[in-house]
Amino acid sequence: NSCPAVKNILILDSEGKRVAVKYYSDEWPTNSAKLAFEKSLFGRTLKSNARTEAEITICDSNIVIYKFVQDLHFFITGGDDENELLLATVLQGLFDAIALRLRNTIDKREALENLDVIFLCIDEVVDQGMILETDANAIAGKVAIQNMDASATLSEQ
Amino acid sequence: ADYSPFLGIEKGAVLQEARVFNDPQLDPRRCSQVITKLLYLLNQGETFTKVEATEVFFAVTKLFQSKDIGLRRMVYVMIKELSPSADEVIIVTSSLMKDMTSKTDMYRANAIRVLCRITDGTLLTQIERYLKQAIVDKNPVVASAALVSGIHLLQTNPEIVKRWSNEVQEAVQSRAALVQFHALALLHQIRQNDRLAVNKLVSSLTKGSVRSPLAQCLLIRYTSQVIRESANNNQAGDRPFYDFLEGCLRHKAEMVIFEAARAITELNGVTSRELTPAITVLQLFLSSSKPVLRFAAVRTLNKVAMTHPMAVTNCNIDMESLISDQNRSIATLAITTLLKTGNESSVDRLMKQITNFMSDIADEFKIVVVDAIRSLCLKFPLKHRSLMNFLSNILREEGGFEYKKAIVDSIVILIRDIPEAKESGLLHLCEFIEDCEFTYLSTQILHFLGIEGPKTSDPSKYIRYIYNRVHLENATVRAGAVSTLAKFGAMVDTLKPRVFVLLRRCLFDNDDEVRDRATLYLNTLGGDGAVVETGEDVKEFLFGSLYIPLEPSDDAFDINSVPKEVKTQPLAEKKAPGKKPTGLGAPPAGPPSTVDAYEKLLSSIPEFANFGKLFKFSAPVELTEAETEYAVNVVKHIFDGHVVFQYNCTNTIPEQLLENVTVIVDASEAEEFAEVASKPLRSLPYDSPGQIFVAFEKPEGVPAVGKFSNMLRFIVKEVDPSTGEAEDDGVEDEYQLEELEVVAADYMLKVGVSNFRNAWETMDADYERVDEYGLGPRESLAEAVNAVINLLGMQPCEGTEVVPNNSRSHTCLLSGVYIGNVKVLVRLQFGLDGPKDVAMK
Repeated sequence: NSCPAVKNILILDSEGKRVAVKYYSDEWPTNSAKLAFEKSLFGRTLKSNARTEAEITICDSNIVIYKFVQDLHFFITGGDDENELLLATVLQGLFDAIALRLRNTIDKREALENLDVIFLCIDEVVDQGMILETDANAIAGKVAIQNMDASATLSEQ
Repeated sequence: ADYSPFLGIEKGAVLQEARVFNDPQLDPRRCSQVITKLLYLLNQGETFTKVEATEVFFAVTKLFQSKDIGLRRMVYVMIKELSPSADEVIIVTSSLMKDMTSKTDMYRANAIRVLCRITDGTLLTQIERYLKQAIVDKNPVVASAALVSGIHLLQTNPEIVKRWSNEVQEAVQSRAALVQFHALALLHQIRQNDRLAVNKLVSSLTKGSVRSPLAQCLLIRYTSQVIRESANNNQAGDRPFYDFLEGCLRHKAEMVIFEAARAITELNGVTSRELTPAITVLQLFLSSSKPVLRFAAVRTLNKVAMTHPMAVTNCNIDMESLISDQNRSIATLAITTLLKTGNESSVDRLMKQITNFMSDIADEFKIVVVDAIRSLCLKFPLKHRSLMNFLSNILREEGGFEYKKAIVDSIVILIRDIPEAKESGLLHLCEFIEDCEFTYLSTQILHFLGIEGPKTSDPSKYIRYIYNRVHLENATVRAGAVSTLAKFGAMVDTLKPRVFVLLRRCLFDNDDEVRDRATLYLNTLGGDGAVVETGEDVKEFLFGSLYIPLEPSDDAFDINSVPKEVKTQPLAEKKAPGKKPTGLGAPPAGPPSTVDAYEKLLSSIPEFANFGKLFKFSAPVELTEAETEYAVNVVKHIFDGHVVFQYNCTNTIPEQLLENVTVIVDASEAEEFAEVASKPLRSLPYDSPGQIFVAFEKPEGVPAVGKFSNMLRFIVKEVDPSTGEAEDDGVEDEYQLEELEVVAADYMLKVGVSNFRNAWETMDADYERVDEYGLGPRESLAEAVNAVINLLGMQPCEGTEVVPNNSRSHTCLLSGVYIGNVKVLVRLQFGLDGPKDVAMK
């Protein structure tokens, strides 16, 4: 299958604890397997500076692209032969969409206060491992319909 | 302080809160908050019991009564998260179906996603109509939702999704970027087994307009697939669609450029000409400020360097600056690439850079670098001194077991493959075990020393290192050291007196095993400390591997259960090409597959014991066709004055047992050969391969050739497959095998040289011969080259066995060693004379 696939999206805090995570692969069947992966990944990436540019590493034979902002650590995981730049674009889309929705204050407190927005953004980026959207404006737009009423329609993207 | 709105959150309390979902007057904000809390709990690893999940689910379904969009979105997410069972799903089906046909685009899109997530086959057929409409909906979010759902549903309900082909096809033409992407992905999956259809799809899109980088990446992948499947390697002109891939290297999106570059590097049999534009682009990425780009580029170049190191050398300067990259994965990849592409003169400089780098990286990266250094040393054996020193130095630094084992394995491989490195390598290993914390490594090294040490010019210098282990280590290592000492004593007669003195001291060791071993060796090595030879059978007894290892069992051991006849081991298949070279851990008494091993096997047969050194053995040649009753292949062993044919036989009939199996060889067409001995096979049961040997004498030093016809002769007894018992009486029978030939190439050893030109120039011009041949019409230039290489039986050098497509001429360099230890170099120039005739000089 040559379709690009995302294995997980993780948002962890500065101690490696979960803020919001979503897994799309059976590779980590139990919660403890997931936690072990998160711990391992967090440990490997802790010392790097992924604030200006997104960074990249290999963890358990998977490619992981990651980006840090304030006290939040964003990760996206793909298979070992995935196009790294493609994955990075997805992560960037999610990241920028969240920035748009949270009015550029992206830290743990804001994230937790607006966890519903975070969950919705993640939901609008990847559907069961399949990339749904990478454009931050489009993602943010799909999430921002709280203020519209029921008869509103989305304008053409 | 660690602020969190979820501080102190507790599942029970939240489940209680969820009762508000049942309120007649729903408060959307409040309900959204509760859903968020529930999602948070699930996200943190909290689990709901079946009862709890069901209750929450039912409560959530009540929320369809609210018209609040924000709340509805949360409901959709919640339903997906709860994964309701089939009977629960029914409750929401009608609400979701209503949403699926709602005017609100957001509802349509998401209801589709939820429905398709929780649906089964029957429900799916009910909503199929709407899904097909959704695929061509003018709202791209709706279309994408349906298409993506289709992609998932293809796994579980392919027959249904395939019915949507027309709509999907239409969606591929969509002007909305991501709709095209999703439609393309789905269409390809539907059609992927139809090669023609995929071909058509690719053809039309590579000419048409692709509206998003994502879709372009997909197209590149499908194009690669089409290229792969259009078999023709001998086609004139360029590869189909290569131009398209090359054009993508100029796309404005970096992910597309990279996808295309990578695809080009992965083309089957890619040529340097095809690679060049891709590598140019990757080289630019190496100096990007974005780590993701640098990483992607260096990883791809690293793979290319494995098969086309010359193509990557232009990037060496950029690679060298990546050694200090902050991202350690990038740095390691850069180093291992340089190790593959570097030439002999850059090795020293490279090693200096790597030394500083090694202390900075984790063990798993270090192991990768060690493997690359080993390959480098095998490529440039003259550099063994500095590379071995490097390995020895890092061996003595801090590191875990796997890392140290990797280094030791590499040193062992270098010792085995580079004769000049043996002595220094063994010494490095000796120095290592003086201070090694891993018992496993110490014992393995001691064992290895026992094999290689006695063969060196001055084995005595290793004795001190070995004996020190007996003083200073734990019992396991001490026992290993005792065995090694004994081995030295057995193999090197002059060392016996010294070894005996040392072994006697071991009789007072604390440990049983150590004392027992010392006692055994002292009593069996013979000579009682004098300089006498140890018998071959004693050596075999002490140090040979057991044919059948002793298994632990509850029954007392009965000596009579041990078979008294010397049974030769069944030979395994030839080692798979490309298998990683094994270090210390390699099982020693495996099937013979080296000259040493075969020599040992043959000299253990008394009739062949005095044939001298084995010059060469051939690859097995099949003497029977596939699927016959008896499968026989033959290995030809070439000695100075003899040849031995080893017939490997397998009986594939469960109902038969063959006995007294011999091969009757007719050598009337091989006048220079005379049969001198044969060793038949006593018994050949079903599926248990055995060997028959027939030896011929031939004039010494003469590369005699001839044809031999072979007939298998045996007594066949019927076997009852259910009991495995054979009848007492048998019937004599014969089975004709194919002919075998001894040819000139059998007298040629394939031995490569790393620098052909140097080797050629150092040879005396008096020994050069030139000749020209017309080979007549051949299938292709490549076929002619291959045929000559096989005929001569020599080793192609510097990759010259590969003939580029569409060449009209080719030079092939071969080297080998002819019987009598004569070094031979051949330079073949091929040319196409007319359409098919090949001329060769």
